[in-house]
Amino acid sequence: MTPMMKVKKYGLIFLKYFTVVLAAFIALLPIASCVITAFKTPEEYAGTNVMQLPSSWFNFTNFIEAWQKANMGLAFRNSLIVLVFVLAGSILFSSMLAYILNRFKFPGNGLIKNLFLFASLLPGIAMQVSVYQIMYNMGLINHLYGYIIVMMGTDIIAVTIFIQFFENLPVSLDESAIMDGCTYFGVFFKILFPLLKPAIVTVLILKGVSTYNEYYMANLYLQDKSKLVVVATSLYTFTGPMGNQYNYICAGVLITLIPALIIFLCCQKQIYGGLAAGAVKG
Amino acid sequence: MSAEKLMKWAKSRKGQRCFVILTFMAVPLTLLMLFTYIPFLEMFKFSFYNMKYTGTRTFVGQKNYMEVFSREDCFRSLLLAFYYIAASFVQLGLALYFASIFCFKLRGKEVFKGLLFFPYLVCGIAIGFVFKFFFTRGFVLDTVLGWIGIPLESLPYWLKDTRINNISLVFTSIWRYLGQNMVLFLGAMMSVDQTLYEAAAIDGANAWNKFRYIMLPSINSVIVLNMIMCISGSLSAFEPPYVITNGSFGTGTYFVIMNRIAHENQRVGLASAMAIVLMVLIFIVTIFQKVVMAKLFPSDESEESIRRRRLKREKQLRKGGTFA
Repeated sequence: MTPMMKVKKYGLIFLKYFTVVLAAFIALLPIASCVITAFKTPEEYAGTNVMQLPSSWFNFTNFIEAWQKANMGLAFRNSLIVLVFVLAGSILFSSMLAYILNRFKFPGNGLIKNLFLFASLLPGIAMQVSVYQIMYNMGLINHLYGYIIVMMGTDIIAVTIFIQFFENLPVSLDESAIMDGCTYFGVFFKILFPLLKPAIVTVLILKGVSTYNEYYMANLYLQDKSKLVVVATSLYTFTGPMGNQYNYICAGVLITLIPALIIFLCCQKQIYGGLAAGAVKG
Repeated sequence: MSAEKLMKWAKSRKGQRCFVILTFMAVPLTLLMLFTYIPFLEMFKFSFYNMKYTGTRTFVGQKNYMEVFSREDCFRSLLLAFYYIAASFVQLGLALYFASIFCFKLRGKEVFKGLLFFPYLVCGIAIGFVFKFFFTRGFVLDTVLGWIGIPLESLPYWLKDTRINNISLVFTSIWRYLGQNMVLFLGAMMSVDQTLYEAAAIDGANAWNKFRYIMLPSINSVIVLNMIMCISGSLSAFEPPYVITNGSFGTGTYFVIMNRIAHENQRVGLASAMAIVLMVLIFIVTIFQKVVMAKLFPSDESEESIRRRRLKREKQLRKGGTFA
């Protein structure tokens, strides 16, 4: 190798690492600054530069304050209820729909697929103007179950993931079960559903993260913030008069990040794989 | 049909088949109709009325639509989408760059990938707070820029200066979605047959050749998908500007303005017209992109066929066969 080529080669390697490290730094910086601030006492926060490290890493008073001020105990409880029902509902209904769309040819099969595809083009927030009216007329506003139902709504991503998964499950599986006298319900619940496990994990993670982080509809349909607060809406307590007490805000933000962080560390592979699988073909 | 016959039919394969289709379809389709298509039609109707959530309505024809384009705040927010669209191209470029880096050997690959991806999992409201803090005068960004020798006096107010505040907000959205785009690209790149790279290397291809002639053609459907997502995302940016600036200093994106009109001013008709206009825009953009991409990559190979081929290969491997 000539020296010139060597320079070029190592230059490229350097450039590669430099850009990656820089990007990682930028990705981390906002959250790191939040961590630093969350451990500062109010005096420290007021008196020092934001990037100066706190005097103690064991000062959890901000977290306790934030937890209480934003009513996060209740928020986590409500979010958990919402998550359990929304996830159970959307996994069951999406996999059932995917089953019949994939296994049966019937008039309207293609139409239903297209209806779902088109629905995915409609931006969610824009629709809420009239969904609100419907929710209002059905008396679903200010009830956790109302929010759960609307969140279960249409889940094109889950349906697509399940359809793709069904495509890879051999039809001979269904056929032999039918031969043995199994009903279609039996085929689905006893034979196919247990095999869907990897797809279910994917949907759990993707839908779980988006439900946990969903703010707009939670804010709109759970208006009684003293009782029906969820994690995403609880954070909004920190606007207004508390808008510049960042030692509390950062602590609150970090508390809400913890579940996402745990899920991420446990299921990185599934998340990456799930995203790729859930990417609905445009 | 007699009851007996009906029973017999219900017990038959055909009857059962019909029954299972109907029952399995019932809930998802009801939800789809109730929360997507009925609201969609309702909204279309609302857009011709002057109305609030309750009370009387008056038919005003296309006046709401005229207002969408003549109101200064609405129209400006539409123009603002161009910032976000421009940013989404930067974002896609960066995502493609990092994905192709992560595709090959790199020390600490998983850690870097994780760091770049994690922001995608953060709740939008939290991101809003974090970046409000990040951009505040004299806080995080200004301090870090101070470290590399840029004095505070020469820095603008990131969130108030109308020349730069939208770029700050757009940066937030790049920060949030870059990792997601990257992971999608990476997924597609990894599905490319690795032996192709080896073969290319033997034929003397360099990294750029490999990228241009092997990787790019096999991921173009994912590129289209990412572009569509980015553009409809650009048009519907909401949470960061909502929390960070609440739309002040000329940062009100379309949804921030729409949210204000719909729920604070309660002008449901006008908000509906705004929503319809946005949907039409997203629809046009989607079709346009599909057409352009079909022209650019005529021999577009769908992900499905790639997957099928991979499955076939795996089967062959299992049988003990070698690569064909």
